[in-house]
Amino acid sequence: MAASGAGEASPVLQSPIVIGASAVYLALLFAVAYWGDKRADEGRSVIANPTIYALSMAVYCTTWTYYGSVGRAAVTGVGFLPIYLGPTLVMALGGFLLLKMIRTAKANRITSIADFIASRYGKSQLLGGLVTVIAVIGIVPYIALQLKAVASSYDLIVGYPALKAVVESNEPVLADTTFWIALILAAFTILFGTRHLDATERHEGMVAAVALESVVKLLAFGAVGLFVTYGLYDGFGDVFARALADERLAKLTAVAAGNRSYATWFSLTFLAGLAILFLPRQFQVTVVENVSEAHLKRAIWLFPLYLLLINLFVLPIALGGLMRFAGQGVDADTFVLTLPMAAQQEWLALLVFVGGLSAATGMVIVETIALSTMVCNDLVMPLLLRARALALHAEHDLSGLLLRIRRGAIVVILLLGYLYFRLAGDAYALVGIGLISFSAVAQFAPAMIGGMYWRGGTRDGALAGLLAGFAVWAYTLLLPSFSKSGWMPASFVSDGLFGIELLKPHQLFGLTGLDDISHCLFWSLAANVGAYIAVSLMRAPTAAEASQATQFVDALKTTRPVGSALWRGSADAAELIALVGRFLGPARAQTAFAAYARRHDIADVANLEADADLVHYAESLLAGAIGSASARAMVASVAKEEPLSLGEVMNILDEASQLRSYSRELERKSRQLEDATGELKAANERLRELDRLKDDFMASVSHELRTPLTSIRAFSEILRDDPKTALQDRERFLSIIVSETERLTRLVNQILDMAKIESGNAEWLVEEVDLGGIVEQSAAATSQLFRDKNVALELDLAGGLPLLRGDRDRLMQVVINLLSNAVKFAPAGAGKVHVRLFRAQGELRVSVSDNGPGIRREDQEVIFDRFRQGGDSMTSKPTGTGLGLPISRKIVEYFSGRLWVESEPGQGASFIFSLPLQNNEGEDNA
Amino acid sequence: MSKKVLIADDEQNIVISVEFLMRREGFEVSVAHDGEAALERIRADKPDLVLLDVMMPKKNGFDVCQEVRADPAYAGTRILMLTARGRDTEVAKGLALGADGYMTKPFSTKDLVDKVRELLG
Repeated sequence: MAASGAGEASPVLQSPIVIGASAVYLALLFAVAYWGDKRADEGRSVIANPTIYALSMAVYCTTWTYYGSVGRAAVTGVGFLPIYLGPTLVMALGGFLLLKMIRTAKANRITSIADFIASRYGKSQLLGGLVTVIAVIGIVPYIALQLKAVASSYDLIVGYPALKAVVESNEPVLADTTFWIALILAAFTILFGTRHLDATERHEGMVAAVALESVVKLLAFGAVGLFVTYGLYDGFGDVFARALADERLAKLTAVAAGNRSYATWFSLTFLAGLAILFLPRQFQVTVVENVSEAHLKRAIWLFPLYLLLINLFVLPIALGGLMRFAGQGVDADTFVLTLPMAAQQEWLALLVFVGGLSAATGMVIVETIALSTMVCNDLVMPLLLRARALALHAEHDLSGLLLRIRRGAIVVILLLGYLYFRLAGDAYALVGIGLISFSAVAQFAPAMIGGMYWRGGTRDGALAGLLAGFAVWAYTLLLPSFSKSGWMPASFVSDGLFGIELLKPHQLFGLTGLDDISHCLFWSLAANVGAYIAVSLMRAPTAAEASQATQFVDALKTTRPVGSALWRGSADAAELIALVGRFLGPARAQTAFAAYARRHDIADVANLEADADLVHYAESLLAGAIGSASARAMVASVAKEEPLSLGEVMNILDEASQLRSYSRELERKSRQLEDATGELKAANERLRELDRLKDDFMASVSHELRTPLTSIRAFSEILRDDPKTALQDRERFLSIIVSETERLTRLVNQILDMAKIESGNAEWLVEEVDLGGIVEQSAAATSQLFRDKNVALELDLAGGLPLLRGDRDRLMQVVINLLSNAVKFAPAGAGKVHVRLFRAQGELRVSVSDNGPGIRREDQEVIFDRFRQGGDSMTSKPTGTGLGLPISRKIVEYFSGRLWVESEPGQGASFIFSLPLQNNEGEDNA
Repeated sequence: MSKKVLIADDEQNIVISVEFLMRREGFEVSVAHDGEAALERIRADKPDLVLLDVMMPKKNGFDVCQEVRADPAYAGTRILMLTARGRDTEVAKGLALGADGYMTKPFSTKDLVDKVRELLG
């Protein structure tokens, strides 16, 4: 592919410099990967970090995003967005699905998406093989896309200052830049992914390098975006304002731009959402390489944020390119590169090229490693194992063979990508090619999602669904892509197969009105889901399917894998160790089994017993290296197994699920028990508190009763023992005895009264009463007290007040109590007590004010407690029974009223009670 | 010289009865109606015996007892607590604070007189 260029030679954009920069960059990536692997070996993982995890997911953004989004935006405006909306929605809303995939994959040592599907449907080698074939065929166009993008960006940049590369599609393979790029990438991928002689599923160094690449491509794209938006133009507003001024561009800024229908938006969003889950490379970085489930928490916002950032400048670059290059025929897919080139920003152009290289290498490395693992584990190994020569108990180490197979697969896959590029690459824009791959990968959705949530899915159903969906995909998208590039007759697309109208690949069975991708998605998923469900329903799952189904469907519920419970037979431990050694290498096998022995408190690996647990352990070790289906076959080859019937499997699973539900039940019970204990404790506390209150009450009552009894007994004994007591003393003592007896009687009555009111046994005689009359009668009843102490009593009673419903005697008891208290505290001689009755805010109030010492603020509530008067309870000596105010308050509250005190020390006290009028007034008016 | 007895109680009728009994026994009697007054009288009169109520205004009997016992000058002063709070823990508390005896109200006058004689004898 020759690049033509006129004018002066650039000091920067020369092949040696471009190649040199690329080589330095790739070397840097390799160094990072090497460091990551080394740290992993030392047990100090660099990727045990949620940010690196989220960045590695950004391998989703390939050259398609890097160059193609701008190309698509130049045609459809915001039509490039669904490809990022889908993943954003899936990450934001589908965390539970990802979590289930990750947990299932870890529990079963899943190495790839083919392994996942094969394992779910009874560790079926056939299914694993089919998924691999679909993945390889489906992904090849996508790899071709990366090759095309890197090649054309290289041709462009070394052709500087020309803005178009002259492409000769028929040049010999060996002279084709793309071919060499494919080989370089293959070599690089081999170095990355299959450097070690250990064939496990994890590649820490690769993940670290991919995370770095994600940063580089974001920075490079951001740099060109800033340059275009703020260098060539005057910010976002300026770019859009100028585009709006241009009739042809204005439509691009509208959401409905490019005549894209709602169906297209929906199907592209849906498709991209499936792609983020089921693309082999996404499955690799998201599921297989996941270090900790907790990392998902950051990824679900950081990855969408990354997508937002990398899309920020797409429209300005697209519009800027369209305006700058109007009429010059510059390919919109190259705007990212050609805009800085046209502005003589050579270093920026070089950075952009490296960013694009970054996007491509990231994708190619992860994708081909994922695919090569699938090809090796699910396609080649099963075939080789079927060849008896290898399946025999050969002593030699097969781990080297595994690596050779994977390396071979990498080369083949990249060459297939090149082949597709040669055959069909020129017919489509970057995005078009990528969407073909997305549609292929979408075919995994029914078997994957169905497998994780529906126990009824069977191997045959999955096979039928995948085959049907894949066939429709090939017919409606893959073959037409060949046809468009002239490799197949054009009549295939225009007239249909054999000229049959109904078989036109883009209007299958007469379905029109959809774009190619939506059309394919509709028919392929309809066929896929239909076949999957219909065939699955045709027969019940087998024992193997049922046992796997349980592990996948209940992945989030099971705490202990039931795997080993589902194996019965006999095996020899030494043979198992040797078998694992053949695939992992003897040293790694020894280490792994030694760890197992330590966990089970067995001193020596030689003493291991080949029970179901050990067999299961060996199988899971193998699964990490060669996939679950092959691992199953290998273990079966050395162990004498007794196949379990479906009934037995069901029994075991039932037992497991019964155990689970039993333990859930236990958990629930113990929670209930805890709750009950808590309630009992609280109740006990309340009882203790009540007990304490009762004790206090009893102590108080006892004290109150003992005090008058003390005087009565002492004087009685004095009078009895000493008949010669002076008459004067005798009379004095007798009157003390009488008054103390009265005090005692009063006390007993009030205690009983209080108890009756509190227990609700008091009798209430409720009638219409006149509160003014009650106050007057109470004043009359206590007038002797006032006279005795020479205290003035003033009544100030409002007239014309409505009647209330209440108990006359009880209310009198309240007023008398307040009056007695007032007179008790009013100073003798100068004492004054003022009683008011008035109406306020829908209630009647009575206030009794004295000019006594007043009540300290802190005592104003205490005095309403039983046996409490102002001051410290230990030092205060009750001057009454200590029950008058508590009883009065109970009475007032019985009639929905309130009783409180207002007082300033030294300025007397006012006791006020209020009784509501509402109910009473209504009756008055009636 | 007759012994001096201080009666500290806020219940007037009880004071009258105990005062009558003490005078009949020939003791010199003084009276206090609250805890602070009791302490003043103890310092002023240096009584040989204090009949001390627990629940008094201003300062309770336990505190009075504690203060008296904290001062070695009154080491010879006998203290008999008289109280209506008759729980065992309170008896123990009173004795722990250095009271020489404890009587629960209502008490027998004979017991009281015997106890006073014993303490002053």
